[in-house]
This record gives sequence, C-alpha cells and structure tokens, in this order.
Amino acid sequence: MSAAAHSTSLVVSGLSAGYGETDILQGLDLTVPPGRITAIVGANACGKSTLLRAMSRLIQPRRGQVLLDGKSIHHLPSRQLARQLGLLPQSPIAPEGITVADLVSRGRHPHQGLFSGWTRADDEAVAEALVTTATDGIATRLVDELSGGQRQRVWIAMALAQQTDLLLLDEPTTFLDISHQIEVLDLLTDLNRARGTTIVMVLHDLNLAARYADYLVAMAAGRLHVSGKPEDVLTESNVREVFGLESRVITDPTSGRPLMLPIGRHGMVEAAG
Amino acid sequence: MTQLTATLDAIVSDRRHRARRRNLAVGLLVALILALFLLTLSLGQSLTPPEDVVRVLLGQQVPGASFTVGQLRLPRASLSLLAGLCFGMGGVAFQVMLRNPLASPDIIGISSGASAAAVFAIVVLSLKGPAVSVAAVVAGLGVALLVYGLSFRNGVAGTRLILVGIGVSAMLESFVAYTLSRAPAWDLQEAMRWLTGSVNGAKPGDVLPLLLALLVFGGLLASRARDLDALRLGDDMAAALGTGIARTRIAVIVGAVGLIASATAVTGPIAFVAFLSGPIAARIVGGSGSLLLPSALVGAVLVLAGDYCGQFLLPGRYPVGVVTGALGAPYLIFLIVRVNRRGSSL
Repeated sequence: MSAAAHSTSLVVSGLSAGYGETDILQGLDLTVPPGRITAIVGANACGKSTLLRAMSRLIQPRRGQVLLDGKSIHHLPSRQLARQLGLLPQSPIAPEGITVADLVSRGRHPHQGLFSGWTRADDEAVAEALVTTATDGIATRLVDELSGGQRQRVWIAMALAQQTDLLLLDEPTTFLDISHQIEVLDLLTDLNRARGTTIVMVLHDLNLAARYADYLVAMAAGRLHVSGKPEDVLTESNVREVFGLESRVITDPTSGRPLMLPIGRHGMVEAAG
Repeated sequence: MTQLTATLDAIVSDRRHRARRRNLAVGLLVALILALFLLTLSLGQSLTPPEDVVRVLLGQQVPGASFTVGQLRLPRASLSLLAGLCFGMGGVAFQVMLRNPLASPDIIGISSGASAAAVFAIVVLSLKGPAVSVAAVVAGLGVALLVYGLSFRNGVAGTRLILVGIGVSAMLESFVAYTLSRAPAWDLQEAMRWLTGSVNGAKPGDVLPLLLALLVFGGLLASRARDLDALRLGDDMAAALGTGIARTRIAVIVGAVGLIASATAVTGPIAFVAFLSGPIAARIVGGSGSLLLPSALVGAVLVLAGDYCGQFLLPGRYPVGVVTGALGAPYLIFLIVRVNRRGSSL
C-alpha cells in the first residue's frame, strides 16, 4: 500500500487545446477533488476525451495549464509524471501472445531506469494489482483469450501496478455488458476507498456517472458547463442545456442518487413534459 | 495474506518461464548462426576440413585453404552475418514502432532509397567505400522523412504511410533500374546486387565499416528497447507509462534507417529479410520482451542460409536476394489476404 492517504492535487486552469487548427477545449477550468471519484459527462464531441488527454499530457495545450501539486505537468520529466498520474486510454492495444502477468508488469515501466533491473518490489506491485482486480486466477493466461470484462480488469490492474495517486480513465465501461460495467465501477470505487486513489473518468452513461461519482463534471462545447455533487449537476435543466434533451430526474430508489429518465417522441405513457 | 503470496509465486514463475523460453530461443538461433557460418566457411565448391578452417581463422597460413577460406569465404560469411543482423533489427524496429508487419523498411521505400543513393553514388559520382554508405544513410533518412511527410494528415495513420511508402518504393526502384541501364560498363552481378541484394564479391574491407554501423546504430536502438517495447501498447498507453514518444520515434528512425541503409550500401537491398525477421522472431520467442535481438538473429540466419542455398543447393547460382525474395513474397501475399479478410482498408 504505497499509494495511500496523501493525495495529489490536479488543477486545470484556462486550458485551450485541440487538434489541427481548431480548439476543442476553450479556456476550461477544473479543480479535481483529491481522493474522490470525479466523472466527466457531456454530449459527443464536447471535448471530454480531449480534456482527459490534455490532463495526462498526451496533447499540448495551446493556452492555460495543468498543475499537478502546483507544478505544470509540461515541465515534469515523463517518468516522474507517470509515477504520479496513470491513464487508461479508450483503446489500449495488447501485443499478440502476451500473458496477463506480463501485461500487468508493463505498468512498472515508469519505475524502472535504464540500468535498474526488475526488483522484488516490482513483483509485489504486480501481484497486489492482480489480487485487487481479481485477475490473479488468470495471471498466466494469454490476454488474447480473455473476455471483454476480464480484459478491462487486466488493463486496470496494469494501471494499478503503476502505483499512482491519480488515475484517469477514458470510458472504462465501453463495450462491456451491464454486469461488467457495474463490476468495473465497483472495482474503481474499492480502489478509491481502500487506497485513496483520486479517480477521474469519462463516462457515457449519465446515471452510472451520477451513481458512482462524488463529483460530477458536465461539459458542453469545450467548456465546463457545471460541476458539483451529482444531485446538483444532474438536473432536468442541465440535461436540457448540455444534451438538448427533455427528461425527468427522479431519485434512484437503489442508490439515493439522481436518476435521469429521457423523454422522447415515442414510447411515452402520456403526453409527458 | 496467502493469496498475495501465491500470486507472487505464480508471477515469478511465469516470468522465469518466459525468460527461459526466450533464452532457449536466442541460444538456438545463435547456435544455428554459428553452424551456418562454419558451413559457409568449410563447404563450398570444395570441402575444407574443419581443422584447416580453424587454423585459417587463427591466422595461420594453410596452403590451399588460406585463399579460399580467408579471402573468399570469410568476408562473404561475415558480411552475410552482419547484413542479416542489420536488416533483422532495423526491420523489426519499424514494424514495432508502427505496429504493423507491413511497415517494414523494405516495403515502405527506405531500402530502395538507400539502394538508389548507393547506385547513384557509384555509377554517376564514382564514389567508393564509406562515402557510398554515408550517401545511403542520408538518402534512407530522407526517404523516411518524405514518406512520413507525405502521409501526414492530423497524425500519421499506419495504412496511409504504408501505401505512400509502396509508391515511393516503386519510384525509387525504377530509378535504380534506369541508372543501372545507363551505367557505362554493364555488369550483371553488380546490377543484381542493387536490384535484389547479393553478397557476391564480398571484400574483406567491407566488413569493418558495417560492424561499426551495427554497433553504433544497433546500440542506439538497444538503448531505447524498453521504450520501443512500450509502444506496442499503443502510443497513448506508452506515453501514459512515461515513454517520450517523439524522442523514442526519432531515435528508432535514426537507428533503424542507419542499420538498413548501411547494410544496403554494401549488399544491396536483400529482399524481404527486414520484413520477414520480426514476425518469425515473434513466433519463436512469444509475446514478451524486446524483439530487437531475436529478430536480428533471425535476419542473420535468413541471409546465411539463403546465400548458401543460392550458391550450392539450387541448380545454378543465385544471389541471396533471389532466395529470400522467394520466401518473402508468399508471406507478403498471406499478410495482405489476412488483413483483407478482416475487412480493414489494407
């Protein structure tokens, strides 16, 4: 349990970034609450993934900065950054013929120098990551042979082996069926509770985001539209403004969190809304 | 916590198992290379007894063997070995970096660029030795930049780069053929070298410069082996693991182009060795660890074995590139058919 208690702060200020000529993010400010779970939601192409990529230095900001414990991440050496901040991109690639244990071991990359070899501490970090994600039983299997849900747990195990205080995940539940979505989100919550890992994830599903996040961030057109506790963010007016969708928001009887029910032109009981 | 201890044991033994398999594969390849090397030295048109070969290698004068072994076969075997190592290592570096077996330097035009520069330097500029190699390396880097630049549109997609490379490669190959046809003294041997690659007429003086190139450029690649390996997880994941993507790419391009071009300047573009070595090495050592060394060794096996087949096992005598070309072409077709079946765009 090397990554405990002390939490790293991540602050985004006045961030503009994008690809080619266009700015996708337009002067975005965000303070990630340390030690909590933050979910970023928004319509397609609003810049959620771009924000996550900019926060993990995969793209250069045009203006503004990202501060990790008060220091700009663009001034940190790559390996040092990778020891503090982990990222699980949307579609990582598993090399053909690689075993689960081998793949998870790759998470130790930033902890190894040019001349330092593999150590006992590396093995221990990998073993702990496997046990935490319940992938220890499949450690010697080939990643190619796994189901989607197992594979996603393995990728999370790899990010865990990296032992960072901060973990960013880009849509960790895409392509998973609902039971595996819940399994992955439960696992991330366990990590957050047990280790105090700060988690920031982009989620597609508003209701799951509201259920699992301590802090909900809604983006629209490259800006932060509203952020705060799920109860304050997931409201009928915000859903209308961010997604252009009429809806009803009720309290989820199973979680006590807000639950959004979309209103369409068909499939409704009575002229609702 | 017994579960943790058991897992620890499992991953340690998994790691040892993989390391053992890798070491065994590397050991077997080294043994195979040694055997082929000695075969090339001792068995040609005439059989030289092994003890005579050893005596020549130790620098003793052996009547009847010193010339054949020392002047003809040793440079040839050494050059085959070094060129194979260079092609194998340079090829797999590109394939891993671009995560596509088709993105090999001999497919995307880097070998033909080096070859074109070498032919131009020799035929038109009448240059010799190291100057030819320098021209080949510079041209190889130039072609790499050109292909990269032409296929750039909001980042470089592998497929676009490969298609552009194939086009550039075809252009450069016709330039080689054109230049050769204008050469004053038409020499078939020489022409074959620049078209398919050959170690015929290997000179002892060629060996040391190529060894130096292997040490310098191969050393550069080896120093980035771990970062290159991280790129196999995708650029984003590699960056998230603390790999400097741009720095790694530049080092890999310079190292791999240096290897390919230096070898090409001496032996010509030995067909498909760069393309074949990586996938074969991956099959042999499995998915774990860097492929640079295993692939280099496979490259050496291919060139040594190919040259021996071309000289003595086939009716007539063929340059090594004809043999490796005959091996590589079916694999290229297989890859394209497989990619096609999966329904992607190449």
